[in-house]
Amino acid sequence: MAEPMRIRALSKDGVIDVHVLMPHPMETGFRTDDAGRPIVAHYITDVEIAVQGRIVLSATLSRAVSQDPLLYFRFTGGRAGDTLRVTWTDTRGERRSDEAKILGS
Amino acid sequence: MCAWFAPRPDAPTDGVVAADRRAALRLMAAALVAAGVLPWPAARAGENDALAFASGSLEAALRALGATLDASPEIRLAVPDFVENGAVVPVEVTSQLAGPQTIFVLSEANPFPLVARFVVPDGTLPYVSTRIKVAKSCNIYALVLADGRYYSAVKATTVTVGGCGNG
Repeated sequence: MAEPMRIRALSKDGVIDVHVLMPHPMETGFRTDDAGRPIVAHYITDVEIAVQGRIVLSATLSRAVSQDPLLYFRFTGGRAGDTLRVTWTDTRGERRSDEAKILGS
Repeated sequence: MCAWFAPRPDAPTDGVVAADRRAALRLMAAALVAAGVLPWPAARAGENDALAFASGSLEAALRALGATLDASPEIRLAVPDFVENGAVVPVEVTSQLAGPQTIFVLSEANPFPLVARFVVPDGTLPYVSTRIKVAKSCNIYALVLADGRYYSAVKATTVTVGGCGNG
């Protein structure tokens, strides 16, 4: 199972700054291991970020997003103390959700 | 050439499932075109993103999206001029357009140029920053779909060969 995400959401002047780091190998399927065998593709395809149930960003990723994808974005309409929930799904159908509270400045 | 892209650029080892998915997608797209649902060659804006992700060239990806590259001062794309490691290239897209929009990031020389898509609803600022893999020195494109129209920005980046280890 994948490691927990690191999520930081900081409210400042009505805008919430969000950083999300999703530990994941993001294997392209183009690489080979030391024995020359191909490494099967394994990457996150869908990411959904919601605050109190309202979707604030959804993303579709390809194999060309770097290992341990990092996302940084901003939204309005959230408050310190609200819960931000990030969910990803990968090519194996695995899913992971993590939550963080929005911090005040 | 980077090891994570090198060995067989036209044959990713997704296994049977992904190959089937691609075949199914092609079939589905063909059926839609045949049924007159999709115009040919261009899809309607924003209608065919899955096909765009499976497209093996920039032109094919744009065609699937129904997009043209209309450079717009409303779109700002920040990518380093030079990167040592093509596996980790920071990319930042900022749009001055109002309202909900969709942001696409494409890397021209990648085996599959469409890298990511971000759906930005009302209330979220049209700005996104992430890190992508870039196969070799090439143009990076930001494409923004707003109100049924595409806007774009382009930036060339130079990838230093030495920075591309296995992993």
